[in-house]
Amino acid sequence: MALTDNKGEGRASLPPWIKTTLLTIGSIAVTMLGLLFITFIIGRVMPIDPVLAIVGERASQSTYDAVFLELGLDKPLIVQFLYYLWDVLHLDFGTSLLNARPVSEDIARVFPATLELATLGIIIGILLGVPLGVVAAVRKGSWIDQIARVLALVGYSMPIFWLGLMGLLIFYGILGWVGGPGRVGIFYVDVVPSVTGLILVDALLDGNWDVFKDAFSHIILPASLLGYFSLAYISRMTRSFMLEQLSAEYVTTARVKGMSEWDVVWKHAFKNIRVQLITVIALSYANLLEGSVLTEIIFSWPGIGSYITTALLSADMNAVLGGTVVVGLIFILLNIFSDLLYRVFDPRAR
Amino acid sequence: MDKLLDIENLWVRFPTRQGVFDAVRGVSFSLGRERLGIVGESGSGKSMTGRAILRLIRPPGIVEADHINLGGVDLLKKTDKQMRAVRGQRISMVMQDPKFSLNPVTTIGDQIMEAYRLHNKVSKSGAYAKAVEMLNAVSIRDADRVMRAYPHEMSGGMGQRIMIAMMLIPNPEILIADEPTSALDVSVQRQVLDIMDALVKERGMGLIFISHDLNLVADFCDRVLIMYAGRIVEVCAADKLHEAQHPYTRGLLNSLPRLDAPRARLEVLRRDPAWSETPSVSGRV
Repeated sequence: MALTDNKGEGRASLPPWIKTTLLTIGSIAVTMLGLLFITFIIGRVMPIDPVLAIVGERASQSTYDAVFLELGLDKPLIVQFLYYLWDVLHLDFGTSLLNARPVSEDIARVFPATLELATLGIIIGILLGVPLGVVAAVRKGSWIDQIARVLALVGYSMPIFWLGLMGLLIFYGILGWVGGPGRVGIFYVDVVPSVTGLILVDALLDGNWDVFKDAFSHIILPASLLGYFSLAYISRMTRSFMLEQLSAEYVTTARVKGMSEWDVVWKHAFKNIRVQLITVIALSYANLLEGSVLTEIIFSWPGIGSYITTALLSADMNAVLGGTVVVGLIFILLNIFSDLLYRVFDPRAR
Repeated sequence: MDKLLDIENLWVRFPTRQGVFDAVRGVSFSLGRERLGIVGESGSGKSMTGRAILRLIRPPGIVEADHINLGGVDLLKKTDKQMRAVRGQRISMVMQDPKFSLNPVTTIGDQIMEAYRLHNKVSKSGAYAKAVEMLNAVSIRDADRVMRAYPHEMSGGMGQRIMIAMMLIPNPEILIADEPTSALDVSVQRQVLDIMDALVKERGMGLIFISHDLNLVADFCDRVLIMYAGRIVEVCAADKLHEAQHPYTRGLLNSLPRLDAPRARLEVLRRDPAWSETPSVSGRV
């Protein structure tokens, strides 16, 4: 009762931003609950016996029963789900069957690797893709537009594993410009203390330039590849958004005022595509974070994509579900974040 | 008469796959400190004429003319940079629908101040004061609130008054009003026109008023050019418009319903292919 009363009073006096924040948190919670429910169900309907996976085929019936009870499998499904929810809320995704370590520890180790790679990739994609798309739209039909078109087409149609292998062959194998597979060279493993899990950042925090340079030489090739693939998408979308805005009447207004073409493009037209661009960038980023499995495998990158894939192939369901929940959470957070940015960039959405 | 603008033999061409399309075909007219109406139906080239004067026709469109003289200097001979100094500061334009002609994600204040600061080196606070003054001049009360607002928060009539304020703030000599009231409710059309008229008169500007509304133009302007298929078919004094001779103008007038002379059936405009072939009438004074 007291709670309801508080709410009733609060509604009248709550400032709008608190209301929005509460609504946002509420929607994250509901979406998360749905996600957890689905992963839980997947875990239960998979034709894998979790007990057998732990105790092995030769265990006695009594061992089997003990583990069966310990896992709570005798309880009704809804109770099992509540247990699962409770565990996840405490960041407990169970134990990995492969290495008998908590899945949460594994994820804390592999996720930063993916985060680092995806972030550098998306930065490259944005820095090159957005200006390329804008210029292609402004100079529609020019040679820059044609080059942008070809780049995007190749990006869409070239398989990433082939480009990855060719990149390794040329830039690592022949030219020796970049580091090989892995996050750092063998001599630099565990040299700097792991604070964030992002080696580039950790090396900077430690002030260790040698590690930074080595890590950078390892990450730059896979990150450029991922960046190229997001560039293909981002530049095409930027181009079409810009074309739409450049034909808008307010652009003519800006020209009538006597504004230079550069300002017309960047101060007026570009300002109007920010919201759409955020969606595109958030989607690309989420795709990269979800784990670019092929890239991670080719470059022996210990990220979440290769982690989930390995776990799936060895029927390590705890690890698969833990990884899936993390990836889902990232999707949700990125969506919420882009929703927030909409309100910043578009007065009509406020 | 004191000539602000003098245009001779203006053509606007668009190369297409089917060949070159001529939107404006050899139009000549001049503008003094007067209100010059350009009327015609959709596609007659009236808007293109307005935009060609400001050299706003985008490639692949081509603007050609013997000259477009502004104060004796040919605009076609100016570089892009020199042309930017003409736009806004000497010739300005109000477009049809403020819903589209104002930038939706920039505050009204920023848009008006930007128009002023592009041509005048003033501080932000100086530009702000000037913008508020200009908003007051177009009868916007509560100018401080409007300065902070975004275009979608304004009504159509207010939006168009804001456009007028924005386009007149650098104090141009000529205003091209391209169907400035077509998107507005009838009830606010007159009000917007009166405000525009008062400002244009007060500043001794020349006004090119582009419209498809014959009655409005007859009422509001001093002189009228009637355009058909990219040419001027007739030029007459606005108060003599109802005595117009050209069959096209007569046809347009006859197809309008009139309160003082009700008719059971309105005439349908019959087009004569010869109209589009007769050479353009000169609107130069």
